[in-house]
Amino acid sequence: MKPELLPWLILFLPLASAAVITLFTRKAKGVSAALSVGAIGVAFLFSLVLFAQTGGKAFVSPLLNSEWIHLEDFGVDPTSVVINFGFTIDPLSQLMLLIVTGVGTAIHVFSWGYMHDDRAVSRYFASLSLFCFSMLGIVLANNLVMMFIFWELVGVSSYLLIGYWYEKPSAADACKKAFITNRLGDFGFILGILMVWGILGTFGFGQLQEKIAANPAALGAAATCAGLLIFCGAMGKSAQFPLHVWLADAMEGPTPVSALIHAATMVAAGVYMLCRVFFLFTPDALCVISWIGAFTSIIAALVAVQQNDIKRILAYSTLSQLGYMVMAVGASKPDAAMYHLTTHAFFKAMLFLGAGSVIHACHHEQDIWEMGGLKKKMPVTFWTFLIGTFALCGVPPFSGFYSKDGILSAANHASPFLFAVSVIVAALTAFYMARLFIIAFLGEARSEHAKHAHESPGIMKWPLVALAVPSTVAGFFGLNYFLGDFFGSEQHGHYQFLNEILGPIGHDPLAAFFGIFATLIGFAFAWLCYNGADRDVLVTRLGILSRAMANRFYFDEIYAFLIKITHEAVSRLSNFIDRWIISGLFVRGTHGSVELTGRALRLLQTGNIQTYALLFVAGVVLVLLIALK
Amino acid sequence: MILAAAELSSLPPVGLQHYLVVSALLFSLGLLGVLVRRNILVMYMSLELMLNAANLALVSFSRFNNNLDGQVMVFFIITVAAAEVAVGLALIVALYRKRQTAHVEDLATLKL
Repeated sequence: MKPELLPWLILFLPLASAAVITLFTRKAKGVSAALSVGAIGVAFLFSLVLFAQTGGKAFVSPLLNSEWIHLEDFGVDPTSVVINFGFTIDPLSQLMLLIVTGVGTAIHVFSWGYMHDDRAVSRYFASLSLFCFSMLGIVLANNLVMMFIFWELVGVSSYLLIGYWYEKPSAADACKKAFITNRLGDFGFILGILMVWGILGTFGFGQLQEKIAANPAALGAAATCAGLLIFCGAMGKSAQFPLHVWLADAMEGPTPVSALIHAATMVAAGVYMLCRVFFLFTPDALCVISWIGAFTSIIAALVAVQQNDIKRILAYSTLSQLGYMVMAVGASKPDAAMYHLTTHAFFKAMLFLGAGSVIHACHHEQDIWEMGGLKKKMPVTFWTFLIGTFALCGVPPFSGFYSKDGILSAANHASPFLFAVSVIVAALTAFYMARLFIIAFLGEARSEHAKHAHESPGIMKWPLVALAVPSTVAGFFGLNYFLGDFFGSEQHGHYQFLNEILGPIGHDPLAAFFGIFATLIGFAFAWLCYNGADRDVLVTRLGILSRAMANRFYFDEIYAFLIKITHEAVSRLSNFIDRWIISGLFVRGTHGSVELTGRALRLLQTGNIQTYALLFVAGVVLVLLIALK
Repeated sequence: MILAAAELSSLPPVGLQHYLVVSALLFSLGLLGVLVRRNILVMYMSLELMLNAANLALVSFSRFNNNLDGQVMVFFIITVAAAEVAVGLALIVALYRKRQTAHVEDLATLKL
C-alpha cells in the first residue's frame, strides 16, 4: 500500500468506528467491541507497515498535506492565514504512532473482558475509539492549530471516558475536574500558539523550525514567554504541578481507561508536544520546565508512598514519571524523555491492566490492605505485575532501567540538584511500588474477596502478556539512538546489541550506579516495613507527614480554599456592581429620577381649570415680555 | 344735551388708542373674570367678554386703516362664538345636570 495513504487510514479508522458504533450498533455490544478493537488493531498494523516502508525515517509527500482553512485579508501581516490539515511523518511521530496504536490495541482487547458485564459497552467503545482518533490526530498533526484541535478533542473524549459511570457522583465530579483543569492549561497553550504565530507568521512545525534555525532570535524578547505559555498546555495534559490535581481523581473511570489515557497516551501527549516544539524553548524556559518536572515528580512520589488505593498509587506513580520526562525535556534531553515515555507507556499500561485484573478478581475492591496473597491465585497477573514493577523501578535489564538511566544522566548533566531530586524519586518509586506489590500480592489474604480471587479470563490475560514483552526488552533495541538521531544529540558510539545491555554503566557510571543503588534502598526499606505486615507502620512512624502524604499534601483543599476566596471576592465584586451600579445607578437611578420629576410635575396638575388658566396667562405674559423687549 | 354736545365737541376726537384702551380694559376684565370667578357660567361669560374685546380691537383697526379685513374677521369670530356658545352652554348644562354644581373647584376630576 502506498505510504501516502496510510496516515489517513490510521487517523480516520477509529473515527469511523466511533461513528458507526454510535449510529448503528448501539444495541449490539459484541459488534461494537469488535469494530472498535478492529479499528485500532488495523491502525496498529498500518503503523507497522508505515514504519517498515519508510524505515522509521521522515517521509514527506504533497498528498500528506492539504489546505484546510484559508482566510484572505485578515487585517494582519501576513495578510492571509493558511491553516493546513496534514501529517508529520518522522521518527518521533512514527514511534508515538506505534505506542498509541500498539498499547491501544492491547487495552481495547482487555476492555472487552473487563467491561463485559457493563450495560453500556457500546458507548464505552465509541468513546474509546473517539479518544484514539483524537490522540492519533495530536501525534500526526503538522501544525499547531491542528494539534490544538485534536488536543481539545482528547480533552473531550477523556471527559467522556472518565465520566463513563456518570451515575456515580465521584466520577461525574472527576470528569469535570479533569476537563476544567485541562482547559486552564489549554488557555495558556492557545495564547502561546497565537504569540508564536503573531511573531513568526506560521503554524506549521516544519516552517517554524526552519525559521528558528535560520534565525535563533526570531522570537525576540517574547521567546521565553511564548515557550512557557505553550508549556502550559503540556502542564494540563501531562498533569504537571500546579495542574496535577486532576490525574488522581481521573481514576474514577474504568481501569482500562486509566491504562490507556492516564498511562500511555493522553498524559504522554504533553511530553510529546514538548518534544515536537522543542526548538521553540529558550534556556530560561527550559530551566523552568525542568524544575516544574522535578517538583512534580518528587511531590507525586511522596504522595504515592501513603496511598492505599491500588489505582491511585499507580496514578501518582504516573505523575511522578511524567515529572521525570518533563524534567528531561527541561534538561535539553527530549530524546531521553521520549525514550522513557515509550517504555513507561508499555509497563505502566501493563501495571494498570494488572491492577484492573486484580480489581476484577476481587470484586471491585481497590484497597490494597483488603488484598494479599494473590500470588498463587493469579499467577499471570502476578508475574506480569512483577515485570511491570521491576521495569518501573529501573531494575536492570528491564526496559525502565535504560530509559530511567537516560533521564538520570540528563539530570546529572543539567544540575546536581536535579540529579539529587531524581535519585530520591527513584528510591521513592522503588519503595512505593514494592509496598504495593508486597501488600497486594504476597503474604496472606486479608479479606474474603481476596481469598476467593481467581485468575482473569484469557481475554484479559493475553494483553498483559503482550505488554510484558516490550516492557522487558524495549531497552535492548537502541531506541535512544533512534531518537538521538532525530533530535541531533551527541551519541556515545553506535548501537550494538551487547554494548547496549551494559551501555548505561559505560557512558554515565555515576547515574547508573545511583539509579541502581536508589532502587535497592527503596526495595530494602519496603521489605523491612511491609513484609508480613498487616497494617502500615509508616502511619505511626511518620505521624503528621504521613497524614499529609495520604491527603495529597492538601493540594485539593488548598485549591478549594483559594478558589473559594477568589470566587467569593469576585462574586462580591460582581454583586456590588450588579446591585449598586447596574441595578442601583442605571436602572433605579433612571427610574427614580423620572419618577421624582413626574411627582414634582404632578403637583402642577391640580385639575382646577383656573390654575391652568393662570399658568397659561403667566406663560403668555412671559412670552410677550420677552418678545416685546 | 347741547351742553353735552358742546362739551363733547370740545373733547379731542376719539382716536385708535382710545378704542384699544377700552378693548384692553375689556380683555383684562374678562381675563380677571376667568381667573377669579368660581362659577363656570360666569367664567364662560367672561370668556365671551374677552372675545368681544378682541372684536373691538379688530373693528377699530379696520376702521382706522380703511381696510375691511378686520371686519370680515369679526364676522367670523361672532359666528364661531355663536356656535361655541351653543356647544359650551350645552356642555355646562349637561355637566350641571350630572354633578349638581357649577363650581370649578368641584369639577377637578380631570387629572392624574
